[in-house]
Amino acid sequence: MNALTVLASSGGEEFQAPGPELFNFRPLFDGGPAWLTKPTVFAVFGALVVCVFCWSAFAKPKLVPRGIQNIGEMGYVFVRDQIGKPFLGRDTERWMPLLMSLFFLIWVWNIFAVIPVIQFPIASHIAFPIVLAVAVYFIKVYLGIKNQGPVKYFTNLIPKGLPKPIYILLVPIEYLSTFILAPFTHAVRLFANMFAGHMILAFFSLVGFWFLFEKPTALGFGVGIIGVVMTILMTAFEMFIQFLQAFLFTMLAAMYINSGLHADH
Amino acid sequence: MTGEVLAAVSGNVTAIGYGLAAIGPGIGVGIIFGQGVNAIARQPELTGVIRTNMMLGFVLTEALALIGLVAPFLFQSLK
Repeated sequence: MNALTVLASSGGEEFQAPGPELFNFRPLFDGGPAWLTKPTVFAVFGALVVCVFCWSAFAKPKLVPRGIQNIGEMGYVFVRDQIGKPFLGRDTERWMPLLMSLFFLIWVWNIFAVIPVIQFPIASHIAFPIVLAVAVYFIKVYLGIKNQGPVKYFTNLIPKGLPKPIYILLVPIEYLSTFILAPFTHAVRLFANMFAGHMILAFFSLVGFWFLFEKPTALGFGVGIIGVVMTILMTAFEMFIQFLQAFLFTMLAAMYINSGLHADH
Repeated sequence: MTGEVLAAVSGNVTAIGYGLAAIGPGIGVGIIFGQGVNAIARQPELTGVIRTNMMLGFVLTEALALIGLVAPFLFQSLK
């Protein structure tokens, strides 16, 4: 018996915190294919939103930007100066199409978490971040082998001129982090943030709904109010996290691409 | 008094695991942003460079906490 049970009305069923079942969706209609669920539909929808946005912003560019072209250019300049330039330097313009689509696609997917009716961050299904991370991973390895040579790419990863015994430790760690941990954390970072964020929002809004409407009690009223206030605060916080995660994912993509283009050491 | 349970943990033990996993990254992220703000205050003209490196350090530190968050799900499915 915990605090929440005490606050709920006696005799009724107790408060159940939401769990991972939030992320299981049934097919959109009975008899439909099992993959056709809300997240997949809105994943495609998000991609279309990005396409339409970029099309309307950059299809007929004017020298003096007006309307949506202004917003598009602000986004482009942000991605170029904050994400591309620090990592890619002179190669930025060449990789801007990839970086810009990655950034806006992930951001739109993340924003879906707080848009009414949709209210589901697409990236909280790990399949979506994995596809993006694996794509970046292959680009990285391909560029590395192409630009630095099939053997050189792998030897360039190891810094030279260290005492011999250090290499016993360093070589496995370096390869493990570059080829296994880097893509893993790249995908899991986006997934875990969106997953946890959706769970937090669901928990607090359920607390508010349960204690104010479902089973209102004198004692539980205060808890319900806290739940509602926390939902509002956490929504604001989540919107910040959504932007930050899109930014970080693209930033790491730029960094990995650069590690393929040029040797670090 | 023998055999009496003085303290017990009920519910999902993985929550405690995540709590432990969050201590280190919590301290690390605090240090990174603390030092980052310090560096920006000392040299405001380098804000861009410092912020980028700050984010990089934040991202690498945060990875540990994220692995802690995912680990329970992995171990549950391995059972």
